[in-house]
Amino acid sequence: MKNTEPTDAGRRDFLGKAAATMVAPGVVLHAVAEAEPRREPVSGKVRWGMLIDTTKCADGCRACVDACDRENGLTLQSKPEDEDARKWDQQRAIWIRQVKVRDNLTGRVTGLPVMCQHCEFPPCVDVCPTGASFRRADGIVMVDRHICIGCRYCMMACPYKARSFIHEAVEEKLTLAPRGKGCVESCNFCVHRLDNGKTTTACQDACAKDGHGAIVFGDLRDPGSPVAKALAQHQSTQIRPELKLNTGVRYHGL
Amino acid sequence: MKKIQFSEWGISSPRYWGLLAFLAAVAGVGGLAALYMEHHGHWVTGMSNQVVWGTPHVFAVFLIVAASGALNVASIGSVFGKKLYKPLAPLSGLLAVALLLGGLMVLVLDLGRPDRLVIAMTHYNFKSIFAWNILLYTGFMAIVLVYLFTMMERKMNLFSKPVGTFAFVWRLILTTGTGSIFGFLVAREGYNSALLAPMFIVMSFVFGTAIYILVLMYAFRADSRPLGDVVLFRLKSLLGIFIAGMLYFTLVFHLTNLYITENHEFEAFVLRDGGIYTAAFWLGHMLVGGLIPLFIVYHPVLGQSRQWIAGACALAIVGGLATMYLVIIGGQAFPMSLFPGKTVIESGFYDGVNGSAAAYAPSIPEFLLGLGGVAVALLLTVVGIRMLRFLPASLADEVADPHGGKTAAAH
Repeated sequence: MKNTEPTDAGRRDFLGKAAATMVAPGVVLHAVAEAEPRREPVSGKVRWGMLIDTTKCADGCRACVDACDRENGLTLQSKPEDEDARKWDQQRAIWIRQVKVRDNLTGRVTGLPVMCQHCEFPPCVDVCPTGASFRRADGIVMVDRHICIGCRYCMMACPYKARSFIHEAVEEKLTLAPRGKGCVESCNFCVHRLDNGKTTTACQDACAKDGHGAIVFGDLRDPGSPVAKALAQHQSTQIRPELKLNTGVRYHGL
Repeated sequence: MKKIQFSEWGISSPRYWGLLAFLAAVAGVGGLAALYMEHHGHWVTGMSNQVVWGTPHVFAVFLIVAASGALNVASIGSVFGKKLYKPLAPLSGLLAVALLLGGLMVLVLDLGRPDRLVIAMTHYNFKSIFAWNILLYTGFMAIVLVYLFTMMERKMNLFSKPVGTFAFVWRLILTTGTGSIFGFLVAREGYNSALLAPMFIVMSFVFGTAIYILVLMYAFRADSRPLGDVVLFRLKSLLGIFIAGMLYFTLVFHLTNLYITENHEFEAFVLRDGGIYTAAFWLGHMLVGGLIPLFIVYHPVLGQSRQWIAGACALAIVGGLATMYLVIIGGQAFPMSLFPGKTVIESGFYDGVNGSAAAYAPSIPEFLLGLGGVAVALLLTVVGIRMLRFLPASLADEVADPHGGKTAAAH
């Protein structure tokens, strides 16, 4: 297996600098929302990640999906007047979705939420011609909306079908999730929260509030963090592990 | 050897301007379609978050692939020193540039943010094959323009071989790059194969040669220039060889996939269960774009008829578009296998529930934008041959092939 650590230092350093310049305007924007915005550039000392325990994921529950939609302003999307409802359903942006799979041999059914897996080696970042699709030093994969030209190559390359293209003119949006027609976007681990001192994502909070606790989020590099402890304790896997992308999102019971 | 004379396209003014007006109208409608899509957003197209590249990409990639193939005729003359092809070279270079511009225009106008084109030129991610292609395309145009200059300016003729060789190598890299846009997509079963690069090269030979023959036949006929059998038959035989090459790659691609169990579902989708995509493969790619034109060009009677040769070229082009539709749309419609060994039974984002393919229906604006790109390519060609001396005055057998018997015997 490939040892990623030695190359990672240089990569992290570069991304740290890149992120510092690119994220700075966002920080100013968010300053009003929270008391303690992040003032230092993000660093590779942290790698944000998530463990999803599919055995705790309740059938028919949409708490994480609804919370994400509200948090990131996805509920503000509106179907263009003349558009067919079925077609629009395939065109509106979705950051996290519920998927139910059945094992072909055993018939066992598993439900799980799927979103951007925040790969260490993200194919979407590799293919993006302008560098708009980027990975922060702290492991968050996101889109710089200032330089996204809307070519959708990242959507072709993403092995998790995690990205959405904004097909329509946007009337309303949240400052923390600026959205524009013709650009691509996806889950960013609620980066506006993390950059303002919080340590949880909206989906995680919603899941916990509903009493399931299927989503554990935190710093994978901190052995004391709940996510690192949970990963050390439970069996876990990645979706499409054979691609060796070293995803930041892991699943238990899949 | 008799010196080949070149001259401007001499069709009557009303006919020339009529043709220009027609092509400009089609290009204009394409422009309006792009404006419409840009103004409203992509929801007015058939594209979605499941099929993100639609009909404009089918046309754009076809034109770009054909562009590099159109240069082939010139390469055979300059690089491989075949005298017969030398008078054919300037038109070959012109078509290459025109087709590329038409294709790129479609590609750019289908961006979510075409207004940010300048960003694509100032921000480069060098790991992206897309970014490399931007350089390969612009470089190709520059090199072919220099190549044309060395061919058309007598004092520069000396340099046409080295420049032509450079252009030939560049075009091979360019089409490798275009094929790799798909070949590098590890995520999707329909792509993820290094074979796509050489396959795109051989397809470029087919599309480019077919377009070249049709344009040459039309330009010569409209202008009453003699086009002898030697040149035409040589070109159609070339088309035949290229089609055979394309079918060979198709065979290897699918046989390999059929051998690899993890690709069986994709093969079943293309070869048997894919509906429109299966039709695009068997009818479009194999029959219309492959076996039928191959049969025509090598048929002892049909292969001697100009109408049939033109028909074979037209079929190769139609089949080529079907192939692009299959590769680009079909490759996306086939559901990505996120959970091998499991079946998706419910999804909030169309993850191929119960193996179903993603829906896509081309919309009229998408189609018009694609046609607009074709019109731009032809418009540039028509203006080019009218303004400058791209066309040889005659390609009659005794002019094109003065040592007649030797080359003619090959047929």
